[in-house]
Amino acid sequence: MTRRKAKIEEAVFKALMIGSTAAVLGSLALILGTVVWRGLPALNLDMVTQTPKGGYYLGKEGGILNAIVGSLYLAGGATALSLLASLPIALYLQVYAARSRWADVARLALDVLWGVPSIVYGAFGFIIMLWLGIRASLLAGIITLAILELPIMVRAMDEAIAMVPSALKEASYALGATRLETAVRVILRQTAPGLLTGVLLAFGRGIGDAASVLFTAGYTDRLPDSLLGPAASLPLAVFFQLGTPFPAVQDRAYASALVLTAIILALSLISRALAGRFARHVIR
Amino acid sequence: MQAIRTWLSPLIRARRSAPRQAGRRRRERWARRFMGALTLGTVLLVPLLAAALVVRAWPILAARPLSELLFSTDWHPLKGQFGFYPFIMGTLWVTAVAMIIAVPPSLLTAIFLAEYAPERLRAVAKPLIDLLAGIPSVVYGVWGMLTVVPAIERYIAPAVQGSLGAVPLFRSDNPTGYGVLAGGVVLAVMVFPSIIAVAEEVVRAVPDGLRDASLALGATRWQTVRNVVMRRAWPGVAAAVILGLSRALGETMAVLMVVGNMPRVPGSIFDAAYPLTALIANNYGEMMSIPLYDAALLAAALILLLIVVGFNIASRLVLIRLTPAK
Repeated sequence: MTRRKAKIEEAVFKALMIGSTAAVLGSLALILGTVVWRGLPALNLDMVTQTPKGGYYLGKEGGILNAIVGSLYLAGGATALSLLASLPIALYLQVYAARSRWADVARLALDVLWGVPSIVYGAFGFIIMLWLGIRASLLAGIITLAILELPIMVRAMDEAIAMVPSALKEASYALGATRLETAVRVILRQTAPGLLTGVLLAFGRGIGDAASVLFTAGYTDRLPDSLLGPAASLPLAVFFQLGTPFPAVQDRAYASALVLTAIILALSLISRALAGRFARHVIR
Repeated sequence: MQAIRTWLSPLIRARRSAPRQAGRRRRERWARRFMGALTLGTVLLVPLLAAALVVRAWPILAARPLSELLFSTDWHPLKGQFGFYPFIMGTLWVTAVAMIIAVPPSLLTAIFLAEYAPERLRAVAKPLIDLLAGIPSVVYGVWGMLTVVPAIERYIAPAVQGSLGAVPLFRSDNPTGYGVLAGGVVLAVMVFPSIIAVAEEVVRAVPDGLRDASLALGATRWQTVRNVVMRRAWPGVAAAVILGLSRALGETMAVLMVVGNMPRVPGSIFDAAYPLTALIANNYGEMMSIPLYDAALLAAALILLLIVVGFNIASRLVLIRLTPAK
């Protein structure tokens, strides 16, 4: 009898688990479906090739090229800046500070930074901005996003480098290479796919984040032309267009959301494809 | 003299041995210092964030008693009244609803992927869940406005009002769907991936020997999961949930778009709320023109930072203890 009860319990919970998994994956399908369904009708060539013309926010002509280019500049600049710091930090954690208490502290700090809300980074970026005496600008946005991306990139790279077989490092040391030479000539080559995945992950997080650039990058209808001038971004384009009372403009917000989602999906596919290609150089 | 010799030693050695060797050693030393300094800078970023916010929020922290800031419901920046209570409650309500919705399915999914799912299904499901984590929060917000809010307005609120309307928690006098429940649903979907990813890893880390012993004694798989695996994994699972919680507390744009943004303490899941994050994001433009306003908003950011960092450190410490050293 208890055996039968156990069987029933097993079946009930298995059904619940399958249902939950389906619900989680279904919510992804629902989100993508909603964005495509509402965004696609409003999407046209003008949307992605023109900047907003006069009266755009009343439903007249124009597009969101300013936001697309602005977002690429912001996320691109931030990713480059963040990479300059992330790669040395990740190598330091694995090559110089390996298995030390100090590395554990640094990893904890990075995990905490990962969890800091992006609006707090936005506020922090705003404080840096006042301190440097610059206005809301491309530069301020890039600095803020770079700080936001840093922990994401370092932790991804840290994990990638941790997978390097220790025999490979030992072989390099045995040939008389210094740690730096081992890091640059052996570890970087060995982990290129993993590092690249980390870079793309951080880029994706940067391009999608709105709360941190809200204070710092500003918004403009023109293409960004200077580091010290404001820059538009896709997430804010979605947000501001949704805030207008005109249905035609709101439809464009959905189209902008679709463009943003497409970029994220493309990044995810590219990172998988590239990881496969670069893996040719990896010694196993 | 000795100090100078030490300082110059790379040069002296360079003359003695092959110059290339000294160059390599020097590069090694400088690389180590440079990388170490960068790492130290990153570690110091956490206290630096807090310190910068404290400094900028100081005018209001000094001008008003903390109890007034935290527990007053009067929010009238023009009159110089800054009570964060409605916003703190807004954050707590939305987060609580989100966690109630998110935790059961996330844990069941994590257990399913770790214990039941065939390898091929897991290979498909995990990248999709990662993709869910990568979707920008404004896109979640758009989805919330297009799908969740109308569903609550048209179906859920009337149905709940009809059956449970007498219970204050489920009373619905908000004619729109914008409110705590909409924010909670959107946030719940947003924290699915972070809870699932960590919980799945923790459950998988339970040694197989424990499972085998339980199964050999005749327990069913679910009994094994419930009585053996979960008993071992629960601290890590709790940490995963807290990690999701801290993610939910700090989320801004998606919540801002669907919670209604009314600075009142909500009394029902259908009431509008105004979380701290939305307060900061909505008022950045005007905050420089009203005295103490910018300090108040940065104080809100500071409160948020302290709550989130506190939860985060607690759960990370649990996870570090649980994860076996590689």
